[in-house]
Amino acid sequence: MSQDKSVLLKIKDLRIEGYSDEHWIEIVHGIDLTLHRGEVMGLIGESGAGKSTIGLAAMGFTRDGCRISKGSSIEFDGMELTTTPASDLQSLRGARIAYVAQSAAASFNPAHKIIDQHTEAPIQYRIQKRLESQEDAMELYERLRLPNPREIGFRYPHQVSGGQLQRAMTAMAMACRPDLIIFDEPTTALDVTTQIEVLSAIRDIVDQFNTAAIYITHDLAVVAQMANVIKVLLKGDEVEEADTRTMLENPKDDYTKSLWAVRDFKRDQKPRPVDTVPLVSVKNVDAAYGDTPVLHDVSFDIFAGMTVAVVGESGSGKSTAARCITGLLPPTSGEILFNGEALPPDYRDRTKDQLRQAQMIYQMADTALNPKVKISEIIGRPAQFYSGLKGPALKNRVDELLDLIELEPAQYYHRYPPELSGGQKQRIGIARTLAAEPAFIICDEVTSALDQLVAEGILRLLDKLQKELNLSYMFITHDLATVRSIADEVVVMQYGKVVEQGPKDVMFKPPHHAYTDLLLSSVPEMDPDWLTTLLEERGVDNIGEAAKLK
Amino acid sequence: MGDILNIVLKRLGLGLVTLLVISIIIFGAVELLPGDIAQAVLGQGATEENLAALREQLGLNRAAPIRYFEWLGNAVTGDFGRSLVSQTPVSEAIFTRFGNTLFLALYAAIIAVPVAIFLGVLVALYRNTVFDRVANVVTLTSISSPEFFLGYVLILFLAVKGGYFPAIAKIDDGMSLVDKLDRTFLPALTMVLVVVAHMMRMTRASIINLLASPYVEMARLKGVPAWKVIVKHTLPNAWAPVINVVALNLAYLVTGVVLVEVVFVYPGIGQLLVDAVTKRDFPVVQACCLIFAATFILLNLAADVGSILTNPRLRHPK
Repeated sequence: MSQDKSVLLKIKDLRIEGYSDEHWIEIVHGIDLTLHRGEVMGLIGESGAGKSTIGLAAMGFTRDGCRISKGSSIEFDGMELTTTPASDLQSLRGARIAYVAQSAAASFNPAHKIIDQHTEAPIQYRIQKRLESQEDAMELYERLRLPNPREIGFRYPHQVSGGQLQRAMTAMAMACRPDLIIFDEPTTALDVTTQIEVLSAIRDIVDQFNTAAIYITHDLAVVAQMANVIKVLLKGDEVEEADTRTMLENPKDDYTKSLWAVRDFKRDQKPRPVDTVPLVSVKNVDAAYGDTPVLHDVSFDIFAGMTVAVVGESGSGKSTAARCITGLLPPTSGEILFNGEALPPDYRDRTKDQLRQAQMIYQMADTALNPKVKISEIIGRPAQFYSGLKGPALKNRVDELLDLIELEPAQYYHRYPPELSGGQKQRIGIARTLAAEPAFIICDEVTSALDQLVAEGILRLLDKLQKELNLSYMFITHDLATVRSIADEVVVMQYGKVVEQGPKDVMFKPPHHAYTDLLLSSVPEMDPDWLTTLLEERGVDNIGEAAKLK
Repeated sequence: MGDILNIVLKRLGLGLVTLLVISIIIFGAVELLPGDIAQAVLGQGATEENLAALREQLGLNRAAPIRYFEWLGNAVTGDFGRSLVSQTPVSEAIFTRFGNTLFLALYAAIIAVPVAIFLGVLVALYRNTVFDRVANVVTLTSISSPEFFLGYVLILFLAVKGGYFPAIAKIDDGMSLVDKLDRTFLPALTMVLVVVAHMMRMTRASIINLLASPYVEMARLKGVPAWKVIVKHTLPNAWAPVINVVALNLAYLVTGVVLVEVVFVYPGIGQLLVDAVTKRDFPVVQACCLIFAATFILLNLAADVGSILTNPRLRHPK
């Protein structure tokens, strides 16, 4: 980090307009930004803050339906990007400014081998011949600690894991040794354990090549590890900018402080009731998709009025367990008890009342709500189906449910899902679930697609509803902060097995099972030295795969 | 690759079942035709004895299911019976005719498919420009005009006025390939004009559909030129719907060309079918329909396999 420290990127009064409803509306309102060589700037904010839009604008790129307003200035290494002709801009991208997208799985072309996508830019810019470039790619893969660096590039994107793909994409961004890389939420879609691998790989490589970077994220703890400087954005405006330590220790603006404070929500832990039958009991359940076994002897209980968090990485079988409980995937052996009585394994064989008792809330409220159906009908249909309500009684019930989820009935009754924000949609999803008057609700990653402030609102709502209606929750999540705030009991799953379970306070205190320990220690903390310390503790070669096998 | 073979075999099996069902429908439909077949063949002047004799000869007195299985059993071995009109074996008449139809369809397809896909890529690249609109209007006009009209227009300008190509596409086995291609150029061109629009628009639509995907944005942000974004990053993922439309149009080239054959006096199977229907020559009708059905099923099977083969997830399993 001793090299050249001159100014690389200077953005002045950046204004970007988006086209909607036949009008151009300003969505970024005059942002200034200065980035030096080798420096990493974190852009943080909630969705709609304009982070990605600004990041892309630094490459002179806008998505369809957006444009950079006149008077904005983006100066990259002495070149004014707003007036550069399109062909020159194109030859800048990939070569001198590179981009790392949020979802590597979606951003790699499924039709081509990873290494062929890597070598595309170097070959096109005649920086390297194919073989040289492949050799270079393998070296980068090795530096990024990908397994089988000489071989992995010759696979297709769907043949490697998400975390590996994300590292391969970072390597691809490095292919032409750019001066600047835009990282657009590169770890948001990953599990905590995988996130660490990617974060440390990014940090090392940016360091080694003295590359400047803009790191876009909504996760404060992550940005604290990565950035030298943090800029907080809100709805296209800058809130404040400061170097990382100052920002973490002494945030000035109220909005920044509120972002910092989000993680404080915590409700009291309830003890297990004694001498009662559990509401839902999963007993020695095995399950398989086709011939592939996914669950092995899974057992846990959920008591009335309690929240059980089921945690684990993707592929650990959390959602499959939920599918077994709801009867969508009949277990191959074992049984599901409800109030002590065995439920038929297949949902088709269950009675209406059995179906009514167990309901689900989904991760993506966007796709779980039919966009062409009015809110009144979305909530009204289950109320009608399960309770047989009609006419004014049905309308009253819908109003009551909207009241419960804290949305003004008169205002939302006739609206459609696309008119609502992400948090409001999730509330509608909750109301639809409540319409069945269930005793037990499975919440499948219900907050992971939401901004922190909004997610907290949903958690508070779920907590309130639990108190009022004595609901039981099975909370599927990979976010341990969520677990800390609302769970009574925790079930940790790995490779389709339950590795550890117990009351939350016990689970969060050592000694842990090795895997629980790995999960817990992988959750980023606000401390900017957290990643460095952790890596030292684990040993550089011991992150990721190695740690998992322990 | 074992998986793919498995899928293909399964589809092939399903295709055979479909063909069986269709054969029942065809046989049933012919049975349902109003009037007496013997009467239709022999004409109004036939005596009762003659009619009875013919019925006996054709086996019309026996129950329909028995006759169906007999017919099916023979058809499987390639024997479709004798034509009621010419008394020659049906398979003989159909064999050359179907060959001619396939020749013309192949001729048209070899021109139409590459042209349609190339144009589709071009209009996707220059989408919403004048070129895009003109290509759209022209191809839509050609697809909206009836084949016989297009055929006559082509005859008028390219045969009668220009004299470049013959207006009548009568071919026989003795002709050289070049002669055949020259003779049948106008009917082939007519069919090309009819099918290009559909395939071109599907190519355009499925490419444009993918332009919003993250990997296309990634390619652009890597500095990949626009044409390469389309050809290298979009097209390989756009094949599945395109292949299906291509198969549909190929099937149409085989089975939907009666009008073109009539206009150009081309000895194809379509004309044979129409003649057979008017003359109540039901063995010929049944055979033609069965061949058409088999063509449709085979081409759809090919499309399914094609879509699978263009899917990298299936080609390169984990």
